[in-house]
Amino acid sequence: MDIRNVSVWSKLDWWTIAIVATLLVMGWFSVCGASYDFDKTNFFQFSTRAGKEFIWILCSCAIGFIILMLDDSLFDIFAFLIYAGMMGLLFITIFIAPDVKGSHSWLVLGPISIQPAEFAKFATALMLAKYMNSYSFNIKHNNCRITLAAIILTPMLLIIGERETGSALVYLAFFLVLYREGMPGAVLYGGFCAILYFIVGIRFGSVMMNDGTTPIGEFVVLLFIIVSTACMVYVYTKQHEKARNIAIFPILVIAIAYAISSLFISFNVVYVEWVVCIGTIGYLIFLWIYDRKIVYMWIAIFAIGSIGFLYSSNYVFNNILEPHQQVRIKVVLGMEEDLTGAGYNVNQSKIAIGSGGILGKGFLKGTQTKLKYVPEQDTDFIFCTVGEEQGFIGSSIVLLLFLILILRLIHLAERQSTVFGRVYGYSVVSIFLFHIFINIGMVLGVTPVIGIPLPFFSYGGSSLWGFTILLFIFLRIDANR
Amino acid sequence: MSKDYTFEKRRLVIGSIAILVVLIYIFRLLSLQVMTDDYKRYAANNAFVNQIQYPARGSILDRHRQLLVYNQLAFDITVVPHDMEDDLDTLDLCNTLGISKEIFIQRMTDIQDLDKNPGYSKYTSQVFLTQLSDEEVSPFREKLFKFRGFNIQQRSIRQYAYDAGGQILGDIGEVSPANLEDDSYYTRGDYIGKQGVEKSYEKFLRGEKGVKILLRDAHGRIKGSYQNGKYDHRAVPGRNLVLSIDLKLQKLGERLMKNKIGSIVAIEPSTGEILCMISAPSYNPQILVGRMRGKNQHALQKDWRKPLLNRSIMGVYPPGSTFKAAQALACLQEDIITPGTSFACHHGFFYAGRHLGCHGHSSPLSLIPAIGTSCNTYFCMSFKAFIDSRKFRSHDESITIWKNHMVNMGFGYKLGVDLPGEKRGMIPNAKYYDKAYRGHWNGLTIISDAIGQGEILATPLQIANLASTIANRGYFITPHIVRHIQGAQLDPKYYKPRYTGIDKKYYMDIVRGMRNAFTANQGTCKSGNFTNIEMCGKTGTAQNHGIDHSAFMGFAPMNKPQIAILVYVENGGWGADFGVPIGALMMEQFINGKLSESSEKRAEAMSNRVISYGYQER
Repeated sequence: MDIRNVSVWSKLDWWTIAIVATLLVMGWFSVCGASYDFDKTNFFQFSTRAGKEFIWILCSCAIGFIILMLDDSLFDIFAFLIYAGMMGLLFITIFIAPDVKGSHSWLVLGPISIQPAEFAKFATALMLAKYMNSYSFNIKHNNCRITLAAIILTPMLLIIGERETGSALVYLAFFLVLYREGMPGAVLYGGFCAILYFIVGIRFGSVMMNDGTTPIGEFVVLLFIIVSTACMVYVYTKQHEKARNIAIFPILVIAIAYAISSLFISFNVVYVEWVVCIGTIGYLIFLWIYDRKIVYMWIAIFAIGSIGFLYSSNYVFNNILEPHQQVRIKVVLGMEEDLTGAGYNVNQSKIAIGSGGILGKGFLKGTQTKLKYVPEQDTDFIFCTVGEEQGFIGSSIVLLLFLILILRLIHLAERQSTVFGRVYGYSVVSIFLFHIFINIGMVLGVTPVIGIPLPFFSYGGSSLWGFTILLFIFLRIDANR
Repeated sequence: MSKDYTFEKRRLVIGSIAILVVLIYIFRLLSLQVMTDDYKRYAANNAFVNQIQYPARGSILDRHRQLLVYNQLAFDITVVPHDMEDDLDTLDLCNTLGISKEIFIQRMTDIQDLDKNPGYSKYTSQVFLTQLSDEEVSPFREKLFKFRGFNIQQRSIRQYAYDAGGQILGDIGEVSPANLEDDSYYTRGDYIGKQGVEKSYEKFLRGEKGVKILLRDAHGRIKGSYQNGKYDHRAVPGRNLVLSIDLKLQKLGERLMKNKIGSIVAIEPSTGEILCMISAPSYNPQILVGRMRGKNQHALQKDWRKPLLNRSIMGVYPPGSTFKAAQALACLQEDIITPGTSFACHHGFFYAGRHLGCHGHSSPLSLIPAIGTSCNTYFCMSFKAFIDSRKFRSHDESITIWKNHMVNMGFGYKLGVDLPGEKRGMIPNAKYYDKAYRGHWNGLTIISDAIGQGEILATPLQIANLASTIANRGYFITPHIVRHIQGAQLDPKYYKPRYTGIDKKYYMDIVRGMRNAFTANQGTCKSGNFTNIEMCGKTGTAQNHGIDHSAFMGFAPMNKPQIAILVYVENGGWGADFGVPIGALMMEQFINGKLSESSEKRAEAMSNRVISYGYQER
């Protein structure tokens, strides 16, 4: 027993511990600033939010310690049980949880309430790791793919059932793990393209180029599709000459058309792009038949699918989405200002952060946060407090600390000797990355408002404990590598 | 368990994504926090409420420190429509304020009507009711907690102790857009002096606004002061003004001018202080205060007698015979006449077909009796001699010299009184006549100028100033109405004597002539000789389209004068009829501090005399 514990402490990754400890301290100060009330100034009183958060932090230290004391084989052994139990809990929660602002995700146990969704993340990660670690697993087999999808989608659907869409979206992060474990990069790329087409297509759909008749959105997306196609041919077939054909000719034609349109007669260059796209697809099909390489067909399908997606997303946006959903998307894309409705939070959080300046206003000196201008400022919008009180320097330090943490965790994941450890490690990386990307992006007005907490900063016991368990299980596994 | 290296490179992709995200966010932070100050401004708009502390406006006193204008607290009831509760007890509110429900609804609609209230925002404080008294507002104050969104704002309004001096005291009203543009001190809804002393001494009276910076939370609740009031500053109260006006004299003047149109201006010659300035008809300044202000102001503006016009400085009249004194001085100085020069007068001035009548008096006359009897012929002859004098190379030169004398005596240009809206009057110059008569003119052409008619125009203040100059025997101090500003210096120009450039000895002759008017048998001012004071005077009867204007210019006592005065009664007929008795009563009042019993009767009779202007039906 003693010998093993000694080895845990000596092989524990103290770098990670140090970064997390720093973030926790900064997080606690931020909660102090965000929940500051003019009457209550004692941060250690349990009645204040800062006081409660302090207790939650102590608890999570204890949780971390306990996890480090456990035998690492337990995680592998109990992974399925934990997962199954957690899914059961999520399922029950849908029915027994009280209605809190429309969501049914809180289990009330006497004086405290916990959010099972926060704990389902590590359970899913463990399950995923265990499954992918099994000998029969091969990512190329469709059966395995279906099982993987089921493992990830089950908690997602259950959480959507609890009406916590934001938390459910976190499970999309697991696709990053699958990518690392061999999922075709095209899936990830396809997802990226879909988001890009949608945003560019909608955002610039009715903005005309040079005040002419060419919509910038369509023009840019179609151009991007052609360039992507050329790149894919280059990457997947290594036929440099053919890739060059696809890249040079269409782009030359579009460039000439653009020049004529802007210099002489104004006409819609998109028509030219259609012709060029059809030509490119035809060329790909020709190559497929002539060279008998199926990869050309896939690339052609990508091009056709992309064009189809561009126009159908436009249609979906304009004809199928409800007006209030359109407004939300337009607000995020900066096409509309709605400062009293959907845009209020984000506008106020931008004001709070922007008013911080380079050095910030100082601890507890932030007027916007202290005066409660930003809703949810000690939970989802906690980063405002950092921005306002610590300024550009402080916020950048926090961002860089998170970056170092993620890079460190990637490094730790890569040094695992087992697939189990690596998959679990990447799960941790992906979940943290997703939370940071969405949460800080939303506060900065870059990503849509999705209510998920910022690890180690947002007020709340469940999320803090959830992140602690998630991370410390990985540290425990790592210590035994 | 073998390590799978196939996809190890993908760690770089995942790491790059993380780096990219963080870099993008750091750039975003840079653009929000460092590249622009917009958000700092928005934040200040969000969190800071600048609570303006209004200073008390300075009071206005008369020369004996009698309070004329002071402040009284009034209360506005304001409402932030956004903060009003849906279940507001409207009935209770109306009962507490003593208004009907219809008025409540009417006011709320008016507030939200963007045509009537262009600056409307439901998040800011809107004025619901204005200028309530303390008694009206105190029951509401006790129940204020029940009416969320409503508030009581204190402000001070002007109160006038006496119904006197409306035009000189002036009034205050809300700043106009032009005021806002001119002076950044003001914000919408502030009060500013609009007329009279309130306007010309605005900068002293208004004081300095203070500011308290308060913190306001997202719900509009005030959460205390910013940095414990480090950036606050207190309001500095306005300065009190002591006017040179003698309240009793002013009141007497207004009483005497009742039912007449015209002006009385009295000046203390030794200081240039204006002792009274009456412009009839007058109005009670109190009616331009409070909720009825707009309505009353409109009525005053529509009145054909123009009570808002301060005729003493804004009215220009032919000075008539009062101008003869100035005329004589110029002629004496230029050696056109000597005090011994005599002209024969047989009921008028007849020359080359021109005829200006004169009244019966002995003939020939020298200067002193000519002033005493106001002989037209004497002054026409001397003026003609001046203009046509061989001494000057041309008519142009002679009229220029003549004009310069008039200007030096205070005519033709604004005197520089400390009241807004002063007119300059009219003294024609060579250019004017060259243009009017195409170069062909001589002393005879413009002979009407000799007796203060023709093109000559002057404000009552300018004529009073001529009396003051004569009383001083050769100089005047720019007339002014403010004697003392609490804690500040008066403009130095109100201390500096302005010499007319005419020898004192000539003034002595004029003084004797003006005394002669009271004492001589045929003197024009004999009707004013009912006191024991040594008065000097000169009447004026200015020809006019209708009945002549009655004017009187005088000072007293003859030696060591204490008061110089001008009385001008529109369509009053002979100068001796209205001008002299009013002027004599005014001088008696000022010098003796009261009227004798017989004078009091005269005053009462004068007060009851009505001049019918025949416009009433218009």
